[in-house]
Amino acid sequence: MADRLFKSINARGLRGAVKGSEYKKEALISYGILVIGYILLQLGAMTGLIGHNLQGQFVPICVYISLAISLNLVVGISGELSLGHAGFMAVGAFTGIVITRVLENSIEFGPLRLIIAILAAAVMAAIAGFIIGIPILGLRGDYLAIVTLAFGEIVRNIMNVLYFGLDNNGHLKFAFNHTIEGIDTSQRVITGAIGATGVTKLATFTGAAILTAFTLFVVLNLKNSKQGRAIMAIRDNRIAGESIGLDVKKYKLMAFVVSASLAGMAGCMFGQNYSTLAPVKFNFNTSVLILVFVVLGGIGNIWGGMIAAALLTVLPEALRQFADYRMLTYAVVLILVMIGTYNPAIRARITAFVNKIKPKKKDKGKEKTGKEAA
Amino acid sequence: MNFLNSLISGLSLGSVYAIIALGYTMVYGISKMLNFAHGDVIMVGGYVSFIMTMYVGMNGWLALLVAMVVCTLLGIIIERLAYRPLRGTGSLAVLITAIGVSYFLQNAALLIWGANPRVFTSLFDGVGTIHAAGGQLTITPESLFTILANIVIMIVLTLFVNRTKAGKAMRAVSEDNGAAQLMGINVNQSISLTFAIGSGLAAVAGVLMCSAYPVLMPTTGAMPGIKAFTAAVFGGIGSIPGAMIGGLILGIIEIFSRAYISTELSDAIVFACLIIVLLVKPTGLLGKKVSEKV
Repeated sequence: MADRLFKSINARGLRGAVKGSEYKKEALISYGILVIGYILLQLGAMTGLIGHNLQGQFVPICVYISLAISLNLVVGISGELSLGHAGFMAVGAFTGIVITRVLENSIEFGPLRLIIAILAAAVMAAIAGFIIGIPILGLRGDYLAIVTLAFGEIVRNIMNVLYFGLDNNGHLKFAFNHTIEGIDTSQRVITGAIGATGVTKLATFTGAAILTAFTLFVVLNLKNSKQGRAIMAIRDNRIAGESIGLDVKKYKLMAFVVSASLAGMAGCMFGQNYSTLAPVKFNFNTSVLILVFVVLGGIGNIWGGMIAAALLTVLPEALRQFADYRMLTYAVVLILVMIGTYNPAIRARITAFVNKIKPKKKDKGKEKTGKEAA
Repeated sequence: MNFLNSLISGLSLGSVYAIIALGYTMVYGISKMLNFAHGDVIMVGGYVSFIMTMYVGMNGWLALLVAMVVCTLLGIIIERLAYRPLRGTGSLAVLITAIGVSYFLQNAALLIWGANPRVFTSLFDGVGTIHAAGGQLTITPESLFTILANIVIMIVLTLFVNRTKAGKAMRAVSEDNGAAQLMGINVNQSISLTFAIGSGLAAVAGVLMCSAYPVLMPTTGAMPGIKAFTAAVFGGIGSIPGAMIGGLILGIIEIFSRAYISTELSDAIVFACLIIVLLVKPTGLLGKKVSEKV
């Protein structure tokens, strides 16, 4: 079933692609990575080649790929630095948890509950994105970044004092301190800094992969639409964009809200993958982690971000044999990769080296310039 | 009296933020980068001072000096190895590298000193608390010294930046990198000097902070780092007096919301205030408004 869905999404994504071969190539690679990755992981899990630990990472991998794609919409396509992506993720995750808990008795079918929860998470995250997007629009560059950082911290802080519970009639109640009247501890859905407990896990690998495909579909199509081109035009030259009559605020807000909404959906899936979830999971480090995916994959390069997200989610697991040194290794790898990919002298040397050992000069050169343009 | 007590602890916390924010703002001014590893330099300063007093048996003040030297060197080394290769490649690449450096410092500290919180001995161990107004007003020596240190640092730094040759060179580089180079200013040296000063001050801030809040962990520097960064933006990033004002206001807001509104929500209130300030003044309180040229 999942494969058929993929095919239909794939076909729809490609139909709009006739316009540009550049877009066609990007879509093909992105969807290709997703489908092949899905099949390989599924096969690996079935044959037992992939261990239990790594199987537990399947849903997070999909979620982080989705987050990298959606953040790329803001950082790569719209050209603004966002340091609060985890905030939207948190909004989505906790909305999803509350919704699935409320619907637990009325809707038996899990996937349907999950879909409703994801939609609700998308709406809530979009609202949050809109609220934070308004003050942001007047700001430039690093000032915008700090507001998104502040937003992420505010969300986490509020989650720390937020309490949700169900009373005996199944009605939802909430409070900003630990005394919710008429609700005993077992009926609590979200308990402040402890977060959500006793979540019925609804996330599956297939579901998460479909969500990733959907995120990819939205972002790629937006990028290749009239609106997407306007957003990129404003990124490249704000004043020029304004002078030809593009509504800068509208397009910036559009990119921001869509990105937030997609992050909320991914967050919802993330929340449904754990039986307990604390707000601390969505701190500044998580926002930074997603940003690292985007930058390492090449800013604006959708499939690059996807690969980076998948690799960096698995890397700490793979480095487990180094035990205590793994995070240190991770940091060193990060710094070296950044210097290796961005330092002009080292990059020129790598290109020269690659050209030397590979006779197919043309292809490599093209790829490099493509990366530079991104 | 409660109000005055809160005000004093707010000023003291704000002074710590201000000293840290100076490092952010100076580095941002000269190399247009957000140095996220700055918060972790504070932590290293705290640990070095801790080790020197506990295991080497140094006097607290001598340990502070050692911590300053170590952090100054650390700042120069970080700039040389991690940031200089990426100079001029856009702020995002350097930002991610800075985050990498931050992870590196935190995890190196974790390996060297362990995850257990260490109890820091205050610089003013044994110095009595000042009681005034019939014992209702209490001023700890830590807060008094922190506030004084902040004022002294601010005056010395302003004089240095405005009056000395090296300070003028720093300002020239932050104004226009290329033109400064043409005028014969050694840009590399100026940037190294900025990192050295910023990191040295971070060590001071680390020791002062750990004296007031005596728990030392590898993640100790992270949150104050973010807050100080917020303070720098609050006051207008790139501006030295802005960092001081931003830091003080932020510290006072934090302590007052802890005392009068909610302990748990104090961070949210601080960040909300930042958003409001930026709404009204998009470049911070004292930030320069840069006009765009077509």
